Amino acid sequence: MNSMTALVPVLPLVTFFANYFFFRRNRQVAPLVATLGVGAAFLLSLSLAAQVMGHPEAVVDKIKWLEVSNSVFGHFTIEVGALLDPLCAMMLVVVTGVSTLVHIYSIGYMHEEPGIARFFMYLGLFTVSMLGLVISPSLYQMYIFWELVGLCSYLLIGFYYTKPEANNACKKAFVVNRVGDFGMFLGILFLSYYLGTVDFQELPAKMGQWPLFGPDWLPLGVVALLLFCGAVGKSAQFPLHVWLPDAMEGPTPVSALIHAATMVAAGVYMVTRVYFVFDAALLSSVNAPQVVAWVGGITSLMAATIAITQFDIKRVLAYSTLSQLGYMIMALGVGGLGVTAGTFHLFTHAFFKALMFLGAGSVIHAMHSNDIRSMGGLRRKMPITAITFLVGCIAIAGIPPFAGFFSKDEILLALKEAHQMPLFYLASSVAFMTAFYMFRLYFITFEGSEPARGHPHESPLTMTGPLMVLAVLSLCAGWTSLPEGKSFGDYIHFKRSATLSSDWNKADALAKTNPSAVGDYVAASKLWSAAATSAPVAEAHASEQEASHEGAHESHAFKLDMSVAVPATLIGLAGILLAFLVYRRKIIDPAKVVKALGPVYTVVYNKYYIDEFYRFVLDKIYFVLSAAIAWFDRAVVDGVMNGLATGAQGAGSVLRRLQNGQLQVYALVMLAGLTLILILIKNGLI
Amino acid sequence: MNASFPILSAIWLTPFLAGLAIMVFVPSGNVKAIKWISLASAGASLLLTAYLCWIFDYAKGGVPQFVEDMTLVSNFNIHYKLGVDGMSLVMVILNAIILFTGVLASWGVTNRAKEFFILLMLLGGGVFGVFTSFDLFVFFVLYEVAVLPMYLLIGIWGTGPKEYSAMKLTLMLMGGSAFLLLGLLALYYGSKVPTFDIMTLAQQGGFSVEFQKIWFPILFLGFAVLAAMWPLHTWSPDGHASAPTAVSMLHAGVLMKLGAYGCLRVAIFILPQGAMYWSHTLALLCLVNVVYGSIGAAAQTDLKYVTAYSSVSHMGLVLLGLATMDSMGINGAVLQMFAHGIMTGTFFALIGMTYGRTHTRIMSKMGGLAQVMPFIATAYVIAGMAGLGLPGLASFPAELLVFLGAYFTQDPFMKVVAVISITSIVFTSVYVLRVLQKTFYGPLTDEHFKELKDASFVERLPLIILITVMLAVGLYPYPILHVIDQSVVPIVHALRSMP
Repeated sequence: MNSMTALVPVLPLVTFFANYFFFRRNRQVAPLVATLGVGAAFLLSLSLAAQVMGHPEAVVDKIKWLEVSNSVFGHFTIEVGALLDPLCAMMLVVVTGVSTLVHIYSIGYMHEEPGIARFFMYLGLFTVSMLGLVISPSLYQMYIFWELVGLCSYLLIGFYYTKPEANNACKKAFVVNRVGDFGMFLGILFLSYYLGTVDFQELPAKMGQWPLFGPDWLPLGVVALLLFCGAVGKSAQFPLHVWLPDAMEGPTPVSALIHAATMVAAGVYMVTRVYFVFDAALLSSVNAPQVVAWVGGITSLMAATIAITQFDIKRVLAYSTLSQLGYMIMALGVGGLGVTAGTFHLFTHAFFKALMFLGAGSVIHAMHSNDIRSMGGLRRKMPITAITFLVGCIAIAGIPPFAGFFSKDEILLALKEAHQMPLFYLASSVAFMTAFYMFRLYFITFEGSEPARGHPHESPLTMTGPLMVLAVLSLCAGWTSLPEGKSFGDYIHFKRSATLSSDWNKADALAKTNPSAVGDYVAASKLWSAAATSAPVAEAHASEQEASHEGAHESHAFKLDMSVAVPATLIGLAGILLAFLVYRRKIIDPAKVVKALGPVYTVVYNKYYIDEFYRFVLDKIYFVLSAAIAWFDRAVVDGVMNGLATGAQGAGSVLRRLQNGQLQVYALVMLAGLTLILILIKNGLI
Repeated sequence: MNASFPILSAIWLTPFLAGLAIMVFVPSGNVKAIKWISLASAGASLLLTAYLCWIFDYAKGGVPQFVEDMTLVSNFNIHYKLGVDGMSLVMVILNAIILFTGVLASWGVTNRAKEFFILLMLLGGGVFGVFTSFDLFVFFVLYEVAVLPMYLLIGIWGTGPKEYSAMKLTLMLMGGSAFLLLGLLALYYGSKVPTFDIMTLAQQGGFSVEFQKIWFPILFLGFAVLAAMWPLHTWSPDGHASAPTAVSMLHAGVLMKLGAYGCLRVAIFILPQGAMYWSHTLALLCLVNVVYGSIGAAAQTDLKYVTAYSSVSHMGLVLLGLATMDSMGINGAVLQMFAHGIMTGTFFALIGMTYGRTHTRIMSKMGGLAQVMPFIATAYVIAGMAGLGLPGLASFPAELLVFLGAYFTQDPFMKVVAVISITSIVFTSVYVLRVLQKTFYGPLTDEHFKELKDASFVERLPLIILITVMLAVGLYPYPILHVIDQSVVPIVHALRSMP
């Protein structure tokens, strides 16, 4: 079974190479081959998921990828391979499923594009990278594919490479992600050095030993936040969210696949995978999860406010993605039920966001424009697109029984259970805004008067087919409780290490008695193994914290807390109603509201000027520094060298006189000289 | 071939003698014969190298194999001693690939082709010799044989301010060599056994700590000039910019590694205690290389200057790996030598092809070239991705090991250096993507560019070879690291056995 897991990314890889070598110039066959590969991977993922549900233990298969000797550990090894557990299986199904639908959709959407084969190769490569990331058994492999996902995103955003906006967007995406990756890399480095492994199987048991193995100056909370930096980049959280809205320069199916449904989910997935680090960080002096929760909260609020003000259909959706990702991250940050709730939302969001992006693509395909102000009344011309889009809007607004309702409800419940009331109210207001701006989009685009220009028509079946499938999923994906009353968490079997806090306290006590050993891996491991064989130290300290942390992740059956579900639904309906009044009935004039808000609107409309801030840092600081270095090299470093050379000009002029251009002469002279010297030496003359 | 066949001599003499043969027998008008003889001899070296890989004993990568020992001057104990261990094997492979692809990339040279190929062959042969020498005298002579042709190759076939560049490069490298000669003589006279044999010097030299502290920096700097260590790096941007394509390829691809190889094989291996004593200073200078080079590259306007500054940064990683004085970092350094050699060879080959078409290397005058030369653009993107250390390409495991290796030491100072040097992954992405955007993406800036042709078959061949190697090592670095690691062990053993 385990080797089958590795086959999931290999299938689309094979079709990628088949396309590269044989069908690069065949515009008909290349898309079909690519779709075939991803489709096969989807079927395989389904069968793997079916096998693995109910088997919480991970199945792992690894080979050595790199091994060198090292003075600290003896050997340093990086292994790559495939890990399969329910969480992974869930992601495999989502990624391959959405990817297959996007492939099918793209056959229709991109049919006039001259670079269609290139497009499908990029899509395939992206799917491979993402699947490799999902099955990673260690943080090193995850980092490898993390970067490859970044590359594919760069290639796909910049797909229309003659467009300057696309070029700027893809460059921005890559560099911004690299900033996050810098943090993530450091996090991996620290875990790898101080705990000796970053393997997902081995690491959880080691977390409790951090006080002993980690250095004084580095609380585990900081390490957790460094890892989180990677998620901030890839899942586009504040303050590294700026690349995602610009990424809409890529072809629309790409936006659907990678900037809504799967790639941006990588950050959320990574945090879920290494959640035990965040859990353990609660015991350290830096409360990393709380920071995570607030980063998510701020992102979701900020993005929701921006989404209300935008007129580009894809940008509204992009900010909505940001906002929803913030929601997931917020849920992860509060821990407890939040971790599964965040993952649940990732699962449902993938469907309805892919649906809405593909729907937007269908609209753009018909209208040749992104600006919703030039649209209207499209429901009559493109009924399937309109209805499926409406399903997506209802789902994201959190109206039962659509998928978004269940996951959003679980997040709100998690916030409430964790007594994070400020975040709870923030999340509720975001829910209201979400319903409002999504229906603003829907009413402006699909209802009301006819469009000002163009002759819109319904898209072909290759495009509407995936829309319909996704619409069904957007409706049903939340019904996890239907068969056996299980919650989503029961399916993915989220667990935590039970010995964590006793280990932590034992290690803490050891570290206090032997402060010199802290951070020194060899000394610390000796200490630890000595302690492990002798009587347990400081077990008593463990009691209180242990009690408060364990049990939080106990699996629980599906439940619907009416005190959360009912208000949440009402909030969603209120948002829809307001949008209806403003944009359908036009009882309230948005222009007047804008006027009343004055500078506040301007700031929000301009996305809080965060892009301008980065532009300033890059142009006025980084490139100035760069120019300064170039100048320093020319003027100072070279100046000294040239000065030395002038001093030795005599030698230079001699050399110049020798330069008569007859190469053979030079070479012969060299050879003769060398021979002469050798002969002289041999005969003992010098 | 029987066991006593002197394969190492054969490898270095094939191109060297081919160069001499061209000089003596082939008239300068017969360009075709000159090219084919060059290609054939480079190909023969490549095949011999492949054969060497086949017969190499991978269980004993830590000791020199296929040793050829012949007394040259008995009263000075000078030997012609060749051998190959894990890391020299890797370097020989690198040189064989770069020389072969370099000849292919020079297929279009018409101006004084005879002299050009003579020098190229002499240079390539010399480099093979250095990588397999285990006697310092031969090492030094061949080292000079490899470095000297550079002056002529740049001064005659170069572009731009070529005389200035050639002079600067030669004088700075000669300055380094002067230190080197001094250092080598000191080793000879300071050793308990007066010898030039590297293994003997390392194992039985018995150099005092004081001696090591004085002579290590002299030897190291002598070599490090060639590896472009800051602040002795400025010959590199000018030299590379002025040099013709194949010379840039060989120079950045192989010659710079000669410097780093010398630092490791001679300076660190023979004077380990001196190396430990100076490691912090070295690490600091390397850090400047890494960060300064990668930030400085973003201000450059000429493609070759960008690549030269990126070489400064990447060679900084090689030297930083060495300065960790620990096996992980040194493994990373050797792999980075290989990876950077292949990558930078690709870069210069591509720049040569681009320049040959557009007649400019100024990025602002280009733009949109991907539309007319998609193959070259794709190859450039791949090379660029290798430059920014993307997984799947050879530079990634190399850089990873250098970064981790610097942190995975017991030395707090080195840990700080490691963390700062990792910032370069961000800076590198800025300049690499800037180049891609300005040169290949966007609308075509010049009407004349519409007529340009994509790479021909002869041009594609070296690119395909180089990129395949990059991918192979990047996707599965285990075998090559296995070979390198064995030969790093004795060096680290020397470093660890402090009195």
